[in-house]
Amino acid sequence: MIRDITIGQYYPAQSRIHRLDPRVKIVCTLLFLVSLFIQNSLLGYVVATVFLGCVIRLSKVPLKFIVKGLKPVVILLLFTVVMNLFLTRGGNTLVHFWIFTITESGLRTSVLMAVRLIYLVMGSSIMTFTTSPNGLTDGMESLLHPLNRLNVPVHEVAMMMSIALRFIPILLEETDKIMKAQMARGADFESGNIIQRAKAMIPILVPLFVSAFRRANDLAMAMESRCYHGGEGRTKMKPLKYKAGDIRAYIFTVLYVVMMFAVGRFVPFRLWIF
Amino acid sequence: MSIALEHVNYVYSPGTAYEKQALKDVSFEIEQGQFVGIIGHTGSGKSTLIQHLNGLVKATSGRILYEGQNIYDEGYDMRKLRSQVGLVFQYPEYQLFEADVLSDVCFGPKNQGLSPEECEARAKEALEMVGFPEKYYRQSPFELSGGQKRRAAIAGILAMRPKVLVLDEPTAGLDPKGRDEILDQVEYLHKETGMTVILVSHSMEDIARYVERIIVMNHGEKMLDGSPREVFSHYKELEKVGLAAPQVTYVMHDLKRRGFDVLPDATTIEEAADEIMKSFEKTRSSK
Repeated sequence: MIRDITIGQYYPAQSRIHRLDPRVKIVCTLLFLVSLFIQNSLLGYVVATVFLGCVIRLSKVPLKFIVKGLKPVVILLLFTVVMNLFLTRGGNTLVHFWIFTITESGLRTSVLMAVRLIYLVMGSSIMTFTTSPNGLTDGMESLLHPLNRLNVPVHEVAMMMSIALRFIPILLEETDKIMKAQMARGADFESGNIIQRAKAMIPILVPLFVSAFRRANDLAMAMESRCYHGGEGRTKMKPLKYKAGDIRAYIFTVLYVVMMFAVGRFVPFRLWIF
Repeated sequence: MSIALEHVNYVYSPGTAYEKQALKDVSFEIEQGQFVGIIGHTGSGKSTLIQHLNGLVKATSGRILYEGQNIYDEGYDMRKLRSQVGLVFQYPEYQLFEADVLSDVCFGPKNQGLSPEECEARAKEALEMVGFPEKYYRQSPFELSGGQKRRAAIAGILAMRPKVLVLDEPTAGLDPKGRDEILDQVEYLHKETGMTVILVSHSMEDIARYVERIIVMNHGEKMLDGSPREVFSHYKELEKVGLAAPQVTYVMHDLKRRGFDVLPDATTIEEAADEIMKSFEKTRSSK
């Protein structure tokens, strides 16, 4: 049921990608996301697909698992596709039906936009699948360290982020449990109109909030009893250090970005309207 | 009038790294009116098992028959099943949500489609059954003590008038007094209404004291099934899987080993006391 939501989860496995320094993964993911926007050609998407495919393969995370992570964005995806398909004007008209018109550039934009969005989600979920929440925040903190000079509370933000990430699966599990408990009392979440369904959520949301506050309280207590007082003077048990594999990963990603850039600009290759 | 499981298997998250077989070929039948205990160490599949009984979890393979009907048949009325097989989850107080106790207990009957008056009557009846003090009926459930919250939550299930009551660790986190009160009330309900009761517990003492049949789960499989005396006579095997017999059974076995003329299979303190008294009488009369 609700446990099927996989976005933002960690998938434990032994792989080269899992072993990479979290900073590498964060920077490379950002580069990948940017690379999707610096070009808009068919060949560019082919390059991106190959790159993403290689990374997924190396990460040993089953493709099925990653695809499942797309579920929550399906609605956004459909919305974008439909909007682009019918509202973009330009090029020859392909289909005309009552007030709906599909043009070549409409089709083109909507297809490419859909692929782009899917790759955005897949690319970033590869990062969360292969990096433990702790690793992720460690990397974030170390990358954002320079901001400390501007009086940005980097450590605190990183800590809040890691707690938020860590709580996603816990709260999902909790939701599942509460839903089941209310279903055992005859609650029905599947039928009825929108208002009835929204009302049916109250028996889930109230206990969920109560439990979230209780957990937050417990966690704060546990942290304080271990003398946590923020990032000042705090040392790390495992300080982050770049290894040879990390450098290789950087080089590989930079090469990919350069290729994306070049392909989009200098290789004229068109297939029909794409 | 019974619940029967036939070769039930259940696999969590099949096809992922988290895949885990939670239940392996579990079969048993529970007659209407029985008081059954389910024991097993943490992660042995107890909680998964009981969630099958009212169809909250669907078995990967196998059948579950309630009153002779397969609950996985198409068009089977799951909501009716859920109101007849009342399932009280672990820490049920976390499901409370209404502004006051009475309306919270009304939630179940309301979902059954009863009129507001009928709901309230049922809720009051259920709260009375669990010994919930009347002065707190209009209080917010979040302001109650742990024991009272637990009672209110159990009443929430009883208000649906189930024929089968399944309780998952109903006494976890309660003090000894609260524990005894809740279990005594469950036993009273069982005797008064002839309700089937299925009790999941970690406490061998509680199980031995109240139930007439024990099902032992180990790594998703049914390991033992029988009366408390039968099951606890296998105390060595139980220890191997992280369980134990009630303390008093150990005392009786020790007495036997040291030459006292007692039958060592007592599972409750009362039985043990009787047995020891008998033994004394025998030695006195033989002198």
